[in-house]
This record gives sequence, structure tokens and C-alpha cells, in this order.
Amino acid sequence: MAKLTVDDQDYDVADGNNLLHACLSIGLDLPYFCWHPCMGSVGACRQCAVTQYADENDERGRVVMACMTPASDGARISIDDKKAKDFRAGVIELLMTNHPHDCPVCEEGGECHLQDMTEMSGHTTRIYNDKKRTHNNQYLGPFINHEMNRCISCYRCVRYYKDYAGGHDLDVMGAHHHVYFGRHTDGVLESPFAGNLVEVCPTGVFTDKTFSEHYSRKWDLQTSPSVCQHCAVGCNVTPGERYGTLKRITNRYNADVNGYFLCDRGRFGYGFVNSDARITQPLVRETINHADHTNSDTAIQCSIEVSLAHLTKALKDPETIAIGSPRASLESNFALQSAVGESRFYRGIAPSEDLLINALTNFQQTSSVNSASQRTIESCDAVLILGEDLTHTSPRTALSLRQTVRQKARELADAARIPFWQDAAVRELAQQEKSPLFIINTHHSDLDDIAEGTYFTSPTQIARLGFAIAEQLSGNRGDVTNSLDAEAKTLCANIVSALSQAKRPLIIAGTSLLNQDIVNSAMAVIQSLHTRRDEVIHAHFVVPEVNSLGLAILTHSEADRSLSNALEQIESGTAKRLVVLENDLYQRVNPERLDALLEKLDEIIVIDHVWHQGLAKADLILPAASFAESDGTVVSSEGRAQRFFATFPVNVDNSSANASWQWINLALGNRWKNFDAIVNACAESIELLAPLADLAPTADYRRHGLKVPRMSHRYSGRTALLADKNVSEPKQPTDPQTALGFTMEGTDLGAPSALRNTAWAPGWNSNQSIHKFQDEVGGALSGGSSGHCLFGSSMPANTEFAVPPAHSNHERFKAIPLYHIFGSDELSKFAAPIAERSPQAYLALNPLDAEQLSLSAGDGATLTFEGLKQTFTLAVEIKPELLRGLVGLPMGLGELTSHLMAHTLTLEKNLTWKRIPNGRDHNVIATDQRSSLSEGLAP
Amino acid sequence: MSLPEPTQRPLTQHIDPSREAYNLVEYEAHGGYESVRKMLTELSPSAGLDLLKASDLRGRGGAGFPTGMKWSFVPMQSEAERLAKPMQKYIVANADEMEPGTFKDRVIMEGCPHLLVEGMITGAAILQATTGYIFIRGEYIEATEKLNNAIAECREKGWLGKNILGSGWDFDLHVHTSAGRYICGEETALLNSLEGKRATPRAKPPFPQVSGLWGKPTIVNNVETLANIPNIINYGAEWFKSLSLTEDAGTKLYGVSGRVKNAGCWELPMGTSARELLEVHAGGMSDGYQLKTFLPGGGSTPLLLPEHLDTPMDYTHIGKLGSRMGTGTMIMIDDQVDFLGALKNLEHFFAQESCGFCTPCRDGLPWVEKTLDKIIRGDGTSADIEWLDRATVNLNMGLTFCAHAPGAMGPLESALKYFRAEFETRINLHNSESV
Repeated sequence: MAKLTVDDQDYDVADGNNLLHACLSIGLDLPYFCWHPCMGSVGACRQCAVTQYADENDERGRVVMACMTPASDGARISIDDKKAKDFRAGVIELLMTNHPHDCPVCEEGGECHLQDMTEMSGHTTRIYNDKKRTHNNQYLGPFINHEMNRCISCYRCVRYYKDYAGGHDLDVMGAHHHVYFGRHTDGVLESPFAGNLVEVCPTGVFTDKTFSEHYSRKWDLQTSPSVCQHCAVGCNVTPGERYGTLKRITNRYNADVNGYFLCDRGRFGYGFVNSDARITQPLVRETINHADHTNSDTAIQCSIEVSLAHLTKALKDPETIAIGSPRASLESNFALQSAVGESRFYRGIAPSEDLLINALTNFQQTSSVNSASQRTIESCDAVLILGEDLTHTSPRTALSLRQTVRQKARELADAARIPFWQDAAVRELAQQEKSPLFIINTHHSDLDDIAEGTYFTSPTQIARLGFAIAEQLSGNRGDVTNSLDAEAKTLCANIVSALSQAKRPLIIAGTSLLNQDIVNSAMAVIQSLHTRRDEVIHAHFVVPEVNSLGLAILTHSEADRSLSNALEQIESGTAKRLVVLENDLYQRVNPERLDALLEKLDEIIVIDHVWHQGLAKADLILPAASFAESDGTVVSSEGRAQRFFATFPVNVDNSSANASWQWINLALGNRWKNFDAIVNACAESIELLAPLADLAPTADYRRHGLKVPRMSHRYSGRTALLADKNVSEPKQPTDPQTALGFTMEGTDLGAPSALRNTAWAPGWNSNQSIHKFQDEVGGALSGGSSGHCLFGSSMPANTEFAVPPAHSNHERFKAIPLYHIFGSDELSKFAAPIAERSPQAYLALNPLDAEQLSLSAGDGATLTFEGLKQTFTLAVEIKPELLRGLVGLPMGLGELTSHLMAHTLTLEKNLTWKRIPNGRDHNVIATDQRSSLSEGLAP
Repeated sequence: MSLPEPTQRPLTQHIDPSREAYNLVEYEAHGGYESVRKMLTELSPSAGLDLLKASDLRGRGGAGFPTGMKWSFVPMQSEAERLAKPMQKYIVANADEMEPGTFKDRVIMEGCPHLLVEGMITGAAILQATTGYIFIRGEYIEATEKLNNAIAECREKGWLGKNILGSGWDFDLHVHTSAGRYICGEETALLNSLEGKRATPRAKPPFPQVSGLWGKPTIVNNVETLANIPNIINYGAEWFKSLSLTEDAGTKLYGVSGRVKNAGCWELPMGTSARELLEVHAGGMSDGYQLKTFLPGGGSTPLLLPEHLDTPMDYTHIGKLGSRMGTGTMIMIDDQVDFLGALKNLEHFFAQESCGFCTPCRDGLPWVEKTLDKIIRGDGTSADIEWLDRATVNLNMGLTFCAHAPGAMGPLESALKYFRAEFETRINLHNSESV
């Protein structure tokens, strides 16, 4: 601890930080722009000036920039000193000379850091009356608006985009007061983390374009603490709603998970909630209960009573089986499992993924491994990635790894006695020096630029490399190592040396390549490393969906509860009825087989919130609430159980949607009294899930006698919201299920972080206010991060894994899955901006294979799979690094799904095929070709 | 080759505008590169550094920081360590010479390019640097060509390259022509530019001596500073100090421009008075013009008045007057110049040359320029003078990221101090017209 005196008050502050960090951490108000807790200090904006005194007797002091000055022990400073205060007001005055003062029409208004800082600095009267510099704006793609005239040149955007997120196509151009922050020309911002610019920019230069479509002020949004549904990382988000429309997603700070940043899929993929494809009413087919489905293509609306009666009957029928979902909450899965009994509840996970998820679920309960949080990932100093293209399969982790490799810079800075927060200096010192990161995969990834070594090969060979590393870590240079070529041998030796010498090695693998051997080899590496280092080894295992692990845990990872077993039950005729929970089975298994199997059933009931192919044969469809309208718990790839809360009530627009668990509960005659009851029942059902009950306060929780409000205290027009429909003011919806209320009364001050939806503090209306709720700026929220990691058992593990045999020349071609952050996720594709960014379906080939088939990039090729009637004609993409014989197929694009990987395929050129132009091939839309700069508009 | 007798004009002794600059053979015949030989055969790096410290040589780029002290912050290796694995270190000549009114380094580089090359090799030998760069103003085409020729001659002869004079020390030198920004004269912006980045200054600490070019220990010095090193090594610290009339050691390349009879650049003892420079060497003001005020050492130094002419031109004495000697190249402003126009012209230059990184400089200087414009147009009010006063506070040293804006405030602040009436007259003119 260091002693710091601010305006004659003594404080204890953490060592090694700068004055700005220290002042904010002790709760003082000091304005700033360019500094960011994740990006450190560069001293550009000069806003955080304070007066520093040399010693006790110094009465004059000198003005210093707090962000650039160490908070050394015994430092004495003043924020209130006139010199510093006048200078801060002067800086704002200068920033404002070119700012357009368009707050009333600016989407940042009301949550604008520039507004807050202007107020705080006391600049109220404008005397500058000359012309302002003006810029042209750019088209930056479907996610982000660009309004350069608002820019105050704090350099945060380029520092975030280039330095933090590794982007290449946003930069600062020009000089003096004409500096311009944008792309070299109009076009889509390439980085999948570009959306964070919206929150990084202290004013309205970069704003959320999807939010513009249906804009409301921050204070008019109803919000709740929630969890992103579009991959397994489990980033904490704050959805915002008004008029029954989900209007935007913003980052919800969780120091252990997403910190300050989200990926663009998570931020802009919420459109499915508002989609036309939403199911709002129970639907039943005329032919219900008839075995003959041939005339059943019309579904008609049906009353809640009738549909519940059907569901009740089905759930009680011993010939009913149920299929759960990795994208549904634990509570909904648990409700269905309880209703039909464990033996008749099956995981709705593709068989090729199922085995791997089970293996990973079990392995992460052993003592050799720690399932690393994102924060832990950032603190590791040597990384091995086996078979994962993280940008597309676990996006937030890819952003974390860009910070991980900077551990080397931290080391160098420590040695040179440069504090790590001196961002520019540390980057200058470290240059290209990085902590070792090795990627072994089938193809190039966005992280290759920070990798010390990359190696591209087949899935089997990836596993063999993994086993070779494990073997060498155990001190044996055995058969697997000897079978490698010289390049692979050298790589393995480098990896072994890096993992052995690192302070904190990290192993990353996962289910993406649907390959058991790769998962096994990663576990073998961890076991060997664990034995060698005699410590718990950090790992990140990628699993595909938001609750993949939750579903595995709920079903004890039992092999006979797989989807394959469910299908066998149908095939054998044992199962007559099927209840499907939030799942499109056509994405999971061979659709041709599924078609045949579903025909055999007497009744199919599906509970879901969006239309999909899986509903085509359903006899009864029950409308489910989406994550934005329901409460639940999901388990992230870290094993972190996290609660999400409904943002708004489901009954807007006369929808009769219910949370899936509520439908089941109603059908069971209210087996569980309320949400807390089902959470408790779920928590009691399995020891591993016991922490579920304590994730968030129960519904009877009160602050100052009131529930925690979802609306801000400035929420406007509540009583008139529906006046266009009905002049009588409706009763405000109540929330009997949780500690949150659909109300503006009450306060979240002092509530646990699991209940906190947005950050606001007096004078701090933007997201920057989060530091008011952290004990230490950039640290955990006061009271601790929300969520609870379920893993961490002391079960020892020493499994022997079988090494897969080296390649034999089996079939000519083998399909492997590829992933796209925009396009491979089922739900986010419903959002138009995500669909716009998603590529057209293609197949990827090695150039030599392509040449042999007389194919070149852009040609059409027809894929035929053994045992499948369906053929696929796709555009050819050439990937030089792809091993010969592999055919990369992007999952989720077109009708390409994981079951295809199991089939032998043939490939031939299709001479008649032509690419369908879709306008998205040209993602640059020039809006204005004039020079990007001009002096012009009158003030 | 023995050393010739020491001279009173060590920097310009070999410069004769009537002939070509010396080539390597001619330069060596006049004692050239003896300082390199001495450094590599007689003196240890630390002995060389001690000489430099003892000489009281101060940086000739404008700031006047003691060179020996600056160099002493560079981490040094023992001989054994260095021979095992030499630490990557750089020596950089700041030849960007963009200061308004300044043309002294050009005289050295065009008149005797080998002197700078020798200074850099000798300096590098003291620092045990591995690579050197001459960062030269893009417009100095002739100097660039001459330096490149000199370097090529040295490579051929073995003054540059591997194992120089059998010492086991390798050093090479490169010329980098600047793309042309004033801020590149700031040593850390220069380094960024040399790395191919935006020419934006860096925060100090860390200083370049610790983390400079590509994060390695680096010394950046002005051309004139480096050109002094050979003679200090050859003739010693006491000789160097004896050249000066005052406490600040050595000679100085002074310059005078403006409406004077004989504008030019002369090497004179440090501490020569401004009056001697103007009246003796520049021949006095042109006929019909009176000296009104002058910038003692370039566009970023605060104005001085005719009454200050007898002050010795050195760092200490000019500093005491509230100005800076800067580069020692004076710009004389006469009584018939549109003074506010000249001032506005200067501020326009600084506003254009701001790198745009920190707020006060980026957004303050254009406002200063516009305000001066307004006052000159006759649209000014007393609030505008108040704002100019405020700018001289808010854009000053320590408050801005680097010294650029404070440099721009030097002439403005002194103009407001010495010629406030001229500002007020223009405003009153406007007020009386508008009544």
C-alpha cells in the first residue's frame, strides 16, 4: 500500500498505479478521456490534470497529468487546486471548439462520457466563435455508425482497435486539428470486436447502428443482468428494451469473464428476439393425434388450455421421450427431465459433439486441470491451441489471448522499471516480443499474427502432435515423436520447452473439429504437464453452445442419454411421443434419417421461440420466451454457472409465450411454486449443481424494502407507453419470480453484482461509471464477480488415452468443419446485420486438390455424401494451408451441418453452377468520395 | 598522421564555400578521423565519456542539455560482455533542422560532411553503439548526397563496418531523409518517424537512452553537438572550454536573418553578444530599418528587445532574460514589418505543425491563430486578448505532451508582454469604428 494525500485527506492506495487510477479507485471524481483501465495511459487528452506538491512545505505545486504520474508513497496532490481546475476547464473548452454540440440528436446523449466530463470540468460558456473543422463520415458496415465531427481526438478508438484488439483497418490519419479516425476508405470494419468502439469512444463518433434502427435514450430502456446466448464463453451482457422490442446489447462488466469487451456476434446478434420468426401463440395441427402426417402442413392457433392438456397428457405417457437443449436454461432442461424422468430425457446434442462434451465435463472435474476464466487466460504466459479457430468458436477468448501474449511485455517492462500502465512506452520497449503462443490447427486463423509457431495438418495429425507433446513432457521420446517430420519435431520441442519454462502455461482445445483424439491429446498434455510441474494446469475447452456443459452436467454425462439413443428409441418403436425443448434437431442429425424417424411418432411437441425446420413436423408448438423474457441459468465453457434475468415481461403484444420451464410446470400442475423453487430443486438434484441456489438472491430479496428496479429512475413516459393502443393505464407488470421488478422504484445500490443491470452514478451517466462499483478500477465488482465455477474437484485423473494411428490413405476426401463468427451460430443469424456479415456457403480445398479437379476459386463444385440423397453445390475457396484431402465446410452456412462430417464424400466440378450475386459480395459502399476534410460549417 | 594545431573555429575550419567539401583523403590529411583512432586505440569508452562530461558541451539543438550527462544514462556493458554479445544501441543525428530561421547544421553538412560522420563514429565508440542514423530534413538534398558519399568513402576505408581499426567493434551509419514534419525535430517524434510510425512524440520517462529506437538504448543529438565531439576528443575538455567567452563551453554557429545588411552564419566563441552578431557580422540593419525586436534562436524562442542586444548569446544569459538561446540563429524583426502579421504567421506555422496528439496543442494553436487573425482583421475584442493570455498559460510547459506548443507560446507570450499596446490598438480601432 502507498499513502496518498488528496486535498489534505489521506488515503491508502495500491502500489504501482498512476494517480488517476488511484483517485478513481478511492471514489474521487477526476475527469479523463484517453485513459482506459484496460489500455493504460498515454497522456493524450490532458484532461486528468491535478496539482502535485513536492513535499509538506510546497504550497505552489505543479500541474501534472494524473494518468502519467505514479502514485508513489507519500505523494501529495490536489484535485481542487485552482491551477489544475482552470486547466481542466480549459482542456474541455478546447475539445469543445470543434464538437458540434448536437447532443439532442446524438445517440450518445444521456450516456456520453464527454457530456459528463464537460459538466464535471465546469466548462459552461462557449467563447470560441470561429468555424469548426468538419469531416466526412464513413460507411463502416452494418454494425457501427460513424460521425467524425463529434470526435475529440482522444485516440482511444485506434488504441483499442489496433493495439488491444489487433485490428488493421482503423487508424488515425492526417495531422494537427485535422486528425481523422477511420478507415483508409469507406468499408466494413473487419475486426469481429469492432463493436466495442461503441463503448470505448467517449462520445458519439462510433454508435450502435442496430440501436439506431429503433433508438431510445439509455434512461428509457428497461434492462436486466443477462448472459450472452451466442457461444459458450458466457459473456455478461445488459439487454435494453422499450415498447416490447429488444433494442440493444451492451457489455455488463464481469472482471472474470468479459471484462469491458464483447464480440460483435454477442453485441449485434440479438435480432432473433424481435424477429418475425418468433412464435407467439400455441399452435396445433388439425391432424393432431393421427399417425398420418401427410396432410398436416397447416398449423392453427390453439388455446392455452387445450395445448396444456396435450402437453400434460404427453408428459405423463410412459411412451414419451424428451429431448433437451444446450441452448435452453438448466431450469427448463431440468423441468423437462423431471417431468419425463431421467431415463427418458436425452441430450439434444449432435452425437459427434456429445462424446467430446461428456469427456470434457468429466475431465474438468479432476485435480490436474483448472478451467481458466478469461482473466486467468490473460495472465498465462505460454499457450498451446490444439484444433481451435478461436475467433470463430470462442471469440472473446481470442481477444483475451491478444493480452495473454503481452505477458512478455510485462516482464520486459518490469525489468526496465517501466510501469505497465505506461502503455505507449511498454509497447515501444517490447516491440514484437511476445509470450509464446502455438497454434496447431487445420487452417490459418486470425491469431496467427501473434503466434510464435503455427502448424496446419489433419485432425488426426493434430491429435498425434498433441500426444507427442504429452509424451515428451513425460520425459519419453517415444513412438509418436519419432513418427513426426522434422518441422513437426522442432515445433513440438519448442512447445515442450515453452510449456515447461512458463510460469503459467495454458492449454486450449475443444469440440470444434468433432474429434475425440484431439480432445484426448489435450487432456494427455495437461496430465503430463500436471505431473511434470506438480501443479494444476490452466485450460480452456471450447464447447459449442451457451449451455452445452450445463446439459452435460444435468445428465451426468451418461452415454446412454445421448441424442443417438433417443433416435434409437424412436426407431425401435419404444418411443411413441416426443417432446423437444428449444432445439432444431435438423441441425443436429442426418435430416433424411430424422424425417423418417419423426414419421413414426404419434405426437411431436416442440417448445421453442423461433421458427425452424424442426417445427415442420410438430403437432403442437408451444411459444417459449427467449432469454430476454425469461430467467434461467446457463453453464459456460469455464464451468461457470451464471444467472440471466428477463429484461422485459413476455406478455407484450398479446403473446402467450412462457419460459419453457413454466410451460412444463403448468402442465405438471405447478410442481414448483416459482422460479426459486425450481432452481432449488435443480440445485438439490446433483451435487455439482448445488451452487445454483446461491447464484443470485431469491425473489424475496429487497433493498430498502423494494425490489431491484429494471428501469432507471429517469425512465420516462411509463404511464403513456401504450397510450396509442389504450388510454387507460395498464397495471404495471409484476415479477413474482425474481428479486427484480419491472419498475423504476427502488435502487440497485449495494445489491450483489448478479442483480446489477447497468452502471450509473451521479455525474457518471456513461458506461465509464462502472469504476464506481469496483473496489479497484479494472478489478472485480464490489462484492465479487457474479457466477460460480462448478468445477474444481480434487478427483485425481490419470487416464491412459489411445494414440490414433497415423494417416492411412483411406478415402479420397474427408470433410472437416469450419466456423464463422457470423453465420455458424443458429440464433444470431436471425439478426439482419449478422446475416449481412455472414459469408455465402462454400467449400475449402487445398490448391493441388482443386487443380486435380480442374477447380479454381469461385467455381462451383458438387458434393455428394455416401448414404445421403441431398447433394450440395458450393463455391470453391482455396486454402493453401489446408492439407490435401481435406474439404472444409463452414458450419451453419447454407444447410451445412455437423452430421455431414461422418459421411464419405465425393466431389466434382459443376459446370452449370453460377454464384448467386447477393449484393453482399461488395461490402464497400462508397457514400462520399470527396476529400474527407473541409473547413466549412458555421459554428 | 599527427594532429594539426588546435583552432578557434573547430566546426568550420575545413569549410570554404569557394571549393568543394573535403573528400576522405583531404579530410584525413587535415587530421580527420584522428578522434576515432584515439577513441579506439587509446581511450576506453568511459574515458571518452569523462572527457565529454568535463568539456561542458551542451546540446546545440536548442535545449542546451549537458551532453555528457545525457550520455551517461545509456546502459554500458563491460568489455567482456560486449565482446560476447554486444547490446543493440543506436546513435542518431538530428539533422531535421526545421526551426524557422535556422540554417546552421546545413552549413556543416554541406561544408564538411566528414565532420558529422566522424563525430558520429567517435560518439558511437564512446557509447558502444551498433548502428547510427542521420535523420535529415528532406529538402537538404545536397547535404544528403554529400553525407552518403562521405559514408560510402568511410565504408570503403574501413572507418565504418566490421571490426573498425581491429578493435572488434562493428558500427554502420545510414542516412534517413525525413518526409517533412517540424515535430520530427523533437527527438522522440524523430524516433517514431524513423521506425515508420506517426511522428508523434513519446512520453518521458522512459528516456531514449533507456528505451529509444525500437525500444533499445538510443542517443539523439543535434548535428552541431555531434560535430563538436571529434575536437573535444582530440584536444581535450580544457581547450574546448577555453574557446568560450562565458561559462557555456565551446564555439557556436550563430546566424542572423531578417532585414540586415549581411545575413549569414558564423562560428564564434560561445557568449558573443547579440549586438556583435548584428552589428559586426551581419553589418547592422538594412538602411532605413530600425530593429524592433528579435527572436534569439529560432521561431520558438521568446522575443527580445534592442535593449537586450548586449547580452552574451549563451544558454545561461539568454535564459535569464526569460527567453532561450535555442539554435542561436536570430531572426531580426524591424519596425516596418507588420508585427502582428509576423506573429500570426509564426503561430500558423506551429498550428499546422502540431502532430495532433494532445488537446492543448492540437485545438489550442488553431484558436490562437484564428484569434490573431481576428485581431488583425479588426474584429478583435478584449475577450480575445484575454483568451491569448489564457492560452499562454494553458499551452505551456508540463501541461502539453511535448515542447511544441510551449515553443509556440514563447513568441506570443513575449509579444503580449512587450507589445501589448499593439494588440489593444487594433481592438480599439474596431471598437471606435463600430460605435
